[in-house]
Amino acid sequence: MDIHEYQAKKILSDFGVTIPRGGIVYSPENAENKAREIGGSKWVVKAQIHSGARGKAGGIIVCDSPLEVAQATDKLLGKKLVTNQTGPEGKIVNRIYIEEATDIERELYLGLVFDRSSESIMVVASTEGGMSVEEISKEKPETIIRSKIEVAVGMQSFQARELAFGLGIEPDLIRRASETIIGCYKAFSELDATMVEVNPLVISKQKQILALDCKMSFDNNAMFRRNQVSELRDKTQEDSKEVFASDRGLNYVSLDGNIGNIINGAGLAMASMDMIKLAGGSPANFLDVGGGATPEKIVKAFKLVTMDKKVKVILVNIFAGINRCDWVAEGIVEALKKIEVNVPLVIRLAGTNVEKGNKILKESKINYIEANTLEDAANKAVAALNK
Amino acid sequence: MTVLIDKKSKIIIQGFTGKMGSFHADEMIKYGSNVVGGVTPGKGGSMHLNLPVFNTVKDAVSETGADASILFVPPAFAADSAMEAADAGIKTCVAIVDGIPSHDMIRIKRYMRRYTKSSKMTLVGPNCAGIISPGKSMLGIMPGHIYKEGRIGIISRSGTLGYEAAQQLKNLNIGVSTSVGIGGDPINGSSFRDIIEKFETDDETDAILMIGEIGGPQEVAAGEFAKENMKKPVIAYIAGLTAPKGRVMGHAGAIVSAYGESAIEKVEILKECGITISKNPSVMGDTVKSVLEKI
Repeated sequence: MDIHEYQAKKILSDFGVTIPRGGIVYSPENAENKAREIGGSKWVVKAQIHSGARGKAGGIIVCDSPLEVAQATDKLLGKKLVTNQTGPEGKIVNRIYIEEATDIERELYLGLVFDRSSESIMVVASTEGGMSVEEISKEKPETIIRSKIEVAVGMQSFQARELAFGLGIEPDLIRRASETIIGCYKAFSELDATMVEVNPLVISKQKQILALDCKMSFDNNAMFRRNQVSELRDKTQEDSKEVFASDRGLNYVSLDGNIGNIINGAGLAMASMDMIKLAGGSPANFLDVGGGATPEKIVKAFKLVTMDKKVKVILVNIFAGINRCDWVAEGIVEALKKIEVNVPLVIRLAGTNVEKGNKILKESKINYIEANTLEDAANKAVAALNK
Repeated sequence: MTVLIDKKSKIIIQGFTGKMGSFHADEMIKYGSNVVGGVTPGKGGSMHLNLPVFNTVKDAVSETGADASILFVPPAFAADSAMEAADAGIKTCVAIVDGIPSHDMIRIKRYMRRYTKSSKMTLVGPNCAGIISPGKSMLGIMPGHIYKEGRIGIISRSGTLGYEAAQQLKNLNIGVSTSVGIGGDPINGSSFRDIIEKFETDDETDAILMIGEIGGPQEVAAGEFAKENMKKPVIAYIAGLTAPKGRVMGHAGAIVSAYGESAIEKVEILKECGITISKNPSVMGDTVKSVLEKI
């Protein structure tokens, strides 16, 4: 789960990291007042969307008066911002963060992620803040320093100090820099985060160490014990079909193609998508209805896939184990009584009681194309598309 | 594979009296697994499915001599249950449950470092289908009848894709020695490398089929291990050719976030390690067959 910049900064500040003064607003009037309240003579108006690279997309505007702050807010609110991370459809701006401008002396990069090889938390830092970590690793890999943190004992002061010295931070600021790095680590480890990225982490001309921008993601599996974090979810930033799916316990990812998929199991779903591609087609979605593939889930899955107007063919691929094919087939027949499907439907059943399942489908009045193997299913789906 | 489970393995069910635990215990017993009891804290002393229920894993082990366990406890309590099994001396533990927080998985693995290699429990999963040694024992939730007895080892992240492979092999009259589902989470109890190492020393296995997917370093680590240390042939399929970068594809661990984690990159690296690639998921069985013909 992702959260907004202003929410991430609030969390960091709770863990002792300094952030510029700022506040969230929902209207230009609000924005003007907020700018006066913050004070100073320069403000930054920042569109809050779940994406990086907002500056290049025009989502961050520097202003010299509260009136300009109001105008900039007016310009951004309700607009869709397209960045190189949002896809062509962009993301809607519903919230604006107003922040005092910072006199920047140096911009640094600080990121924390899980390292799957060592099964520890990896802190990554670089002197080249402001660039994305991908750009840094491509263009200035020599500036990257890493530190592996043993979760059982947590981050030690020396590890934070090494990173701070490694970033060339002046001796007077080392202590504050270490506290900042440890604050980020604590936010990561105590809130079940999967990623914390402060980019840039800046040293201001006034010698303050500030988190100027921050992104955080959290482990969906841990939300049962992180109520305060899960409340920060903003569904307007997610694909509406993906929200529909997650609310119904389905795993769904919206893609660009036109062959809709209903499959049980994430691995089999990816494999079926691969077969579609090899057959010359393109999947419209990834959809895992779960190992169980209960009739209720199949109804929901058909509802979801038919919501997508790009879909020209639907491919159902179920490998039934403990749940038998005859039961799955009954689920499909039930679903098609409730949901109208106006595109060709290819169904491949495999596993337990496959003959019985196929018999049920044949004897029902549903209009479909039967397939036997993974390859057969993909070929028939692509062929149906071209008819 | 006797290294993990065999006919003699004494199995207990953790979360025995719950709906899932009861259902799958029954399925395992029907398959022929030697289930000797189960654990549900607070229900010790009672009987369930004609088998004794214990309050703690320690009690179950001392009363029944259990050496294998399978967890059907909710994600919030799964880490605790796995550590309890490790401490009680269980040798092989399968965690079926999907949804254990990654921070908990790291904690389990750190906890298990206290044991020496010979006394350390093998944890398989979470978010997996479990282990089956066809004709011998099933410590999992798979449909047992799709597995023919034989001499191929299967290791798969995905449950249903592992079933697909077993069925393709069966259709070609090729059997399976043991199939291990290691699960789709970013951090799991046993990696591909851990399991192929066990298959290399298993005298009931001739070749290994590894079914991987996008995300993480494990497939490559297994490939590098195989190149240096293995004599038995390894065949691999990597799912997720069409998966977009940075998106989680169902499995929490199926996300491309670094170089070497996409399907194409993994395939290239595995080829360099001398592993035979099944070019698509429809020919996993055929690819194994062609490799067997060359042995």
